[in-house]
Amino acid sequence: MNITEFIENFASQFDDTEPDAFASDTKFKQLDEWSSLTALSIIAMIDDEYNVIIKGNDILNSETIEDLYKIVEKQQ
Amino acid sequence: MEFNPFSLAGKTILVTGASSGIGQTTAIVCSQMGATVVITGRDEERLQATFDQLAAAQEEHVKLLADLTIPDEVDRLVASLPPLDGAVLCAGNSTTLPLQFGSREKFNEMFDVNFFAPVELLRLMYKKKVLQKGASVVLIASIGGTHSFMPGNGVYGASKAALNSVMKYAAREYASRKVRVNSICPGMVDTPLIHRGTITEDQLAEDAKRYPLGRYGRPEDIANGAVYLLSDASSWLTGHDLVIDGGFSV
Repeated sequence: MNITEFIENFASQFDDTEPDAFASDTKFKQLDEWSSLTALSIIAMIDDEYNVIIKGNDILNSETIEDLYKIVEKQQ
Repeated sequence: MEFNPFSLAGKTILVTGASSGIGQTTAIVCSQMGATVVITGRDEERLQATFDQLAAAQEEHVKLLADLTIPDEVDRLVASLPPLDGAVLCAGNSTTLPLQFGSREKFNEMFDVNFFAPVELLRLMYKKKVLQKGASVVLIASIGGTHSFMPGNGVYGASKAALNSVMKYAAREYASRKVRVNSICPGMVDTPLIHRGTITEDQLAEDAKRYPLGRYGRPEDIANGAVYLLSDASSWLTGHDLVIDGGFSV
């Protein structure tokens, strides 16, 4: 896995936020569109794409997309 | 003897999924209400833990290990069952998954456990006449899929809605043998199933506040409903989905 692809997969869970709004240091929970359903989609995407099952707390404890990427990378 | 239309004395009741959560509590409460209980589950140690908590007014309780998603094990279970006056089919699983990730594989996994397993067990218990005349069957469904449609619960809710549908057909068909078939549709009940981490503890606490009665269900809230449906108090009730949800779906 690599961070660029992870950011793309991350961004595709959003409908109204422009793709270029996403970078490794994006504080994703501060995005207007962020919701509990987005969180569920991110968890499901990570299971789907990376075969890693993260928990809601992993999202809670991540500030940036890179924080989350590191959690997934560690479990792969 | 004291007047008690809800007594299960003299009845033999099967409880599936008895190694934890709603199934475990239902088995214990049924035994406390006087039933002889046959419990089944997959995990020997946890099933034993339930067995040890059964009220020992009489010593005839039985535990049978079985994985209900495996056809041979269902056959073996049905062959070992004593004649039954009731059954509470609690074994089930849940998943929280937005529909766009609900692949055929994910649906299959959920339907195997929540739909095909109880439906096949119910079918065989009726066909082999393990369910005696006048027996009462309780299927544990959910408000999800019939009374509530929360985002992320579609795969789970669809499996429970399908179960509710079969419940109603079975109620009609099995009435010829006076076998009653009902379901309980619980809202969120505080069991190990909901603490698997997809939803954080903070989110659960927040969600519980959305219930008019101010809390999630406890396993005994559901077990007590099952007692009613199993007892002679509900002799004229069949094909009903009993919502027990703290007012959530109102």
